[in-house]
Amino acid sequence: MATRTSRDLTGPPPVLTARAVRRSFGPAAVLAGVDLDVAPGEVVALLGGSGSGKSTLLRVLAGLDREATGERVVRGTAAVVFQEHRLLPWKRVADNVALGLSGPDVAARVDRALAEVGLADRRRAWPAELSGGQAQRVAVARALVREPDLLLLDEPFGALDALTRLRMQGLLRRLRAEHGFAALLVTHDVEEALLLADRALVLDGGTIAEELPVPLGPTRTPDDPAFGALRRRLLDRLGVPAP
Amino acid sequence: MSGTVLAEAPERAAATAPTPPGRRARPARRWRRIVSPVALVAAWEGAARAGLLPAEKLPAPSDVLAAGARLARDGTLTTHLLDSLTRAAVGLLIGGGLALVLGTVAGLLRLGDDLVDPPVQMARMLPHLGLVPLLIIWVGIGESLKVALVALGAFFPLYFNTYAGIRDIDERLVEAARACGLGHLARLRHVVGPGALPSLFLGLRLAIGAAWLSLVVGEQVNAQTGIGFLMMEAREFSQTDVVVLGLVVYALLGLISDLALRLAERRMLTWRRGLRAT
Repeated sequence: MATRTSRDLTGPPPVLTARAVRRSFGPAAVLAGVDLDVAPGEVVALLGGSGSGKSTLLRVLAGLDREATGERVVRGTAAVVFQEHRLLPWKRVADNVALGLSGPDVAARVDRALAEVGLADRRRAWPAELSGGQAQRVAVARALVREPDLLLLDEPFGALDALTRLRMQGLLRRLRAEHGFAALLVTHDVEEALLLADRALVLDGGTIAEELPVPLGPTRTPDDPAFGALRRRLLDRLGVPAP
Repeated sequence: MSGTVLAEAPERAAATAPTPPGRRARPARRWRRIVSPVALVAAWEGAARAGLLPAEKLPAPSDVLAAGARLARDGTLTTHLLDSLTRAAVGLLIGGGLALVLGTVAGLLRLGDDLVDPPVQMARMLPHLGLVPLLIIWVGIGESLKVALVALGAFFPLYFNTYAGIRDIDERLVEAARACGLGHLARLRHVVGPGALPSLFLGLRLAIGAAWLSLVVGEQVNAQTGIGFLMMEAREFSQTDVVVLGLVVYALLGLISDLALRLAERRMLTWRRGLRAT
């Protein structure tokens, strides 16, 4: 994929720019020219039905798909959290977080990242000894320790139970407020998108079909009428009929 | 490829199945499991002492032990044992080393898979112990024959388990490692190697088993030294106690090597114990 160095004329350059991203599996074009920007510190939710290509797009944006075409620029560092924790079962928690890091202060950085997700005391544990939520928090710490400018999240809480998911959403909000990273959150959960994002995108037919600002402020609850209106609008766009 | 997996499955099951009950059993059960072997040996001893078992057919266990002590004292046993061990070690090193290299090449590289795997799959259908006549023509009846047999026996289980171990690694873990910025070599070291290790251990255990088996057969072809020679010679002089002693030594060699390997496995695969505990 080509890289681009030019920058927009207004405001700080986006941490992530994607232009005309295409990806086909055989004859089926899953992504048919996606254009996307994520500003520094901005949280963008990427919604779409199942099979709409959300995860495919995220893999492309993470640089993990070599067969995609188009343009993709990441300014700064990016880190990925997948739907499954994807921790290496043969490495202890701390070694999983430290994977790929080098330098004299790695241990201290790992400890700090684990403390931030509330797992400082589990650094010697094996991944198999953790609960689903704990393992996913380690995965978040593994991304966080890289001090990313952009966090790419592929349905990171999709495999967790409802209570754990709520806690993880709170954790993500807190970490984002502290670190100010930008994030692209792939999700199929409209409420999650509205709770976390500054902007929501709907992927449909291989392109961004809808873009919706989420002007809800820092403290959000689903009881807010504005929240309900936005939810209705997104659900309509996703083809879910009103009850 | 799917054919391999199917064919390997029973072997795998057979090798892993016996481990859990013994380790998890409560002490009382563990003792209970010793009762019948001890009773059998006691019955054997009793029958031999009472003259029910003629000594030239099957001597008493105590006589076999006495023969062992006698041969150990005059150094015969040690000499022959060392010769057998050397053959096994050299054969294992050659066959196992080759299996590791070829299995890794076939497991990691598509080209390697296409070039290496088909001939190995075909050769696997040959019962390697049936190759003895051909091997005698090729390498004679000396040491090379024994070593070649052991190498052949050890090669196949280790090759297939290396190959399968690498192929079975979760693609998503490799992707996560890439996302963490790990290059090819780092991925081999942190993901592929440790991920294939359980399979490698299984392959090694099967390979060592096959090596002892091959050694037994090889040492019965014109050997001048070794445990097998000791047994063949004893048979000519009707020293049944030494014949049985040879069997006991072979059995102990298999048992000790398996135990040692299982110990190493437990130390190196600690993370799997955690997996089992939850």
